[in-house]
Amino acid sequence: MKKFAKVIALLTVLMLALTCFVGCGKEEATALKIGITGPLTGGAAIYGNAVKNAAEIAVEEVNALGKIQFELKVEDDAHDAEKAVNAYNTLKDWDMQIFMGSVTSTPGTATSKEANNDGIFYLTPSASSTDVLGGVANAITGTVDIARKDNVFQMCFMDPNQGAASANYISSQKLGTKIAVIYKNDDNYSTGIYNSFKAEADKLKLDIVSTTTFTEDTKTDFSVQVADAKAKGADLVFLPMYYESAALILKEAKDTNFAPKFFGVDGMDGILSLEGFDKSLAEDVMLLTPFNADAEDATTKAFVAKYKEKFGEIPNQFAADAYDCVYAIFAALKEGDALKNEDGSYNYGVSAEDLCKMLVEAFTAEDFTYTGLTGENMTWGKDGAVTKTPKGMVIKNGVYVGM
Amino acid sequence: MKKFLTNKSTFSNYMTYAGVVIAFIILTIMGEAGGLSSTMKGQLVPVCAYVVMALSLNLTVGVMGELSLGHAGFMSVGAFSGAVVASALQQAIPSDGIRLVIAMVVGAILAGLVGIVIGVPVLRLRGDYLAIVTLAFGEIIKSIVTNLYIGIDAKGLHFSFLNPLEGLEAGGRMIMNGPMGIPGNTKISTFTAGFILIIITLMIIFNLVNSRSGRAIMALRDNRIAAESVGINATKYKMMGFVTSAALAGAAGTLFGMSQNAIIASKFDFNTSILVLVFVVLGGLGRMWGSIIAAAALTILPELLREFSEYRMLIYAIVLILVMLITNNPGLKNLFGKLIPRRKGAAENE
Repeated sequence: MKKFAKVIALLTVLMLALTCFVGCGKEEATALKIGITGPLTGGAAIYGNAVKNAAEIAVEEVNALGKIQFELKVEDDAHDAEKAVNAYNTLKDWDMQIFMGSVTSTPGTATSKEANNDGIFYLTPSASSTDVLGGVANAITGTVDIARKDNVFQMCFMDPNQGAASANYISSQKLGTKIAVIYKNDDNYSTGIYNSFKAEADKLKLDIVSTTTFTEDTKTDFSVQVADAKAKGADLVFLPMYYESAALILKEAKDTNFAPKFFGVDGMDGILSLEGFDKSLAEDVMLLTPFNADAEDATTKAFVAKYKEKFGEIPNQFAADAYDCVYAIFAALKEGDALKNEDGSYNYGVSAEDLCKMLVEAFTAEDFTYTGLTGENMTWGKDGAVTKTPKGMVIKNGVYVGM
Repeated sequence: MKKFLTNKSTFSNYMTYAGVVIAFIILTIMGEAGGLSSTMKGQLVPVCAYVVMALSLNLTVGVMGELSLGHAGFMSVGAFSGAVVASALQQAIPSDGIRLVIAMVVGAILAGLVGIVIGVPVLRLRGDYLAIVTLAFGEIIKSIVTNLYIGIDAKGLHFSFLNPLEGLEAGGRMIMNGPMGIPGNTKISTFTAGFILIIITLMIIFNLVNSRSGRAIMALRDNRIAAESVGINATKYKMMGFVTSAALAGAAGTLFGMSQNAIIASKFDFNTSILVLVFVVLGGLGRMWGSIIAAAALTILPELLREFSEYRMLIYAIVLILVMLITNNPGLKNLFGKLIPRRKGAAENE
C-alpha cells in the first residue's frame, strides 16, 4: 500500500511537471486563434456548453470553406469572475488573437476590462450586462458608472434594451393593466432588465402592482411570489429570468389557478426543450427573443439540424448567438480578404492589437451589416451594442408563433 | 545562538519568514525577466490573499481550536469596504499604494468589529456554537452585500439598502450596485503589497502564539477546565484570537478585492469558506508554513490542470486525497526526518 501510494505520488508529480512544459514550443501559425471563456462546469454549464458547441460548428463550417482558417479554444470559468480572468490569461498564453468573450455577465465584466487593457478584440455572444460594454448610463441614476471599453461588442441585446423594449411592447399592445414582476435580485441579468423595465414602465404610466424577488438559494419555491401577484389582482406577470425558474413559476400559477398573461425575455427561450416540462403550461406565454429554433429559414434549419445531429439537443439562443459571433467576425474580416498577403496566403501572425483595430473599424463601419440566425441586418454602434429587432413570440400548441 | 537553532518553534518560524522572502524574490525576478506566464502573473496577488486567509483561519482553527465556517464572510467585509474606500478616495489620494494601505486598514477594522459582534455572545458558550454562528454569518453578509447600493457624487457618498439609489447628481457614479457587486473596480493591489501583508500576518500570529496570551489561548484549546482552574479568562483570550483572525481575514479580503476587476457578493460564499478550511487542514492545524504552501499550491493547481479540460476538477480531488495520504505517511515522515537531521535532533531535545 505504501509503495502504491509512493508510485502514484511520483506519477502525479511527473504529470504536473509535464504540464508545465507542454506548449512551450511555438510553431508557425496556420489559423487565427479565437478564445472563449464560459461555464463548462457548475450551475451555469448549459450556457457555456451551448456556446462551445455552436462555436465549434461555426468554426468547422468556416474552415471547410477553404478561405481563412480559425482555431477555437474554450476555457472553463465556472461562472466566476476570478476564474474567468485566469482562463483569459491561459488563452493569452496560447497567443489568442480574437476573444469571443465570456458567456455570462459577471465574468464578462471582468474579462472585458482585461481585454480592453490588452487591446484584444472582444465580441461576446451572450454577456448582456451594460457593465460588459461600459459607457452606458445607469437606468435609475442616469450616471455612467464604468467608462466605455472601446473594443468590446455584444451579439445579444443589452439588458436595459430588453427591459425597456418589453415595457414599450406591453404598453403599446395594451397587454395588461395591472402588472406583477418577479425577478432574481442576486442576478446581474435579471436585475438589469428589471431596473430598466421599471424605469420605462414609470414613464409609460404602467401600473406595477406587485414586485417580488428570489435568489439563487430560494429558486426552488415560488409560492409566495405567485400568491402575492394573485392577491394584488395582476393580469400580466413579467418574468425577466432564465427559463428554469420561469418553468417553476408557470407550474405554481397553474397549481393555484392563477391564469394571467405571462411575458418573458430572451432567457425564457429554451423553456420548450426543458426536460420534463409540461408544454401546456407555457401555452400563451409571450416572450421577446432574437432566435427561434423552429424558424423556417434555411440557415436556422441547417444549424438546428447539425446541432441536433452532433449534440442531440435543440440549440438555444446562446448557441445561436455564438454561431453568429463566429460568422460576424468572418464577415468583418471580409471572409479573410482583410488579412490576405500579396501571394494569396493569409497573415495569421498578425498581432492581436492590429487585428483589434481592424475589427473595431470593420464592426463600427457605417456600411457593415450582418444577417444571421438571431437577426437580419444587424449593425453595431460605437457603444458596442447591437441593433436588431427583437421578435415578439407567443407559444401556441408548444411552438413559437410570431405575434 | 545555539538556543535559537535548537528551539524547534523559533527555528520553524524563521524558516517560514525565510521561505516567504525567498519565494517573493524568485517570483519578482522571474516576473521582471519575463519568465512568468500571464496565468501565473494574474494569480500572484490572489494567491497572497488566500495565503493570508489560510493563516488567519489557522489561528482560529489550529491555535484556538474553534471551528469557523464563515471565514469568507470576513473576507467579503474587507473586500467590499476596502473597495468602496479606495474608490471614494480616488480623487483625494492619487497614490495607489497609500490608498491600498488605507483601504486595508479600514477593511481590517470593520472585519474586526464584525468579529467582536459575533465573538461577544458566541465565545462565552462551550461547544460548536462558533461553527454554527459563523456559518449563518457568511450567508447574512452575502445577503446584506447583495442588497447594498453605494454611489458617490460631488456631495459625497450615498447609501441605499434594498432599493437602488435614486437621485445621484450628474457626474457621480455608482460604486456598489446591489447584485452586480462592484463591477467597475480598479486594480491597485500589487504582489509587493501581498508579500508585505503575508509578512505582517506571520509576525502578528507568531508573536501572538509565542506570547503569554498565546499560551493562554492554546491552554484553553487543550483543556478548558484546567486552564480556567489556573485563572485564565476563557472569553477574553478567545476573543483576542478570534478578533485578530477576523481582522486579518478582512485585510486579506481587501487585498483580494483590489486585485479583481469585478467582485460580487456570491464570490464569498460557503464554498470559499470551505476552500480556505481545506488549505488549513491540508497544511496542518497550527502549522503556519503548511498553510502557506497548501494555499499557494491549491490555488495554482486548478490552473495548471487546465490541460486536462473537463477532468481537471476530478484530478484536483485525487491530488487532494494523495496529499492527505502522503503527509500522514509515517515512512515519508521518517524520510524527511533523515533528510533534515537538525530538526530531528531538535525534536529529541524537547
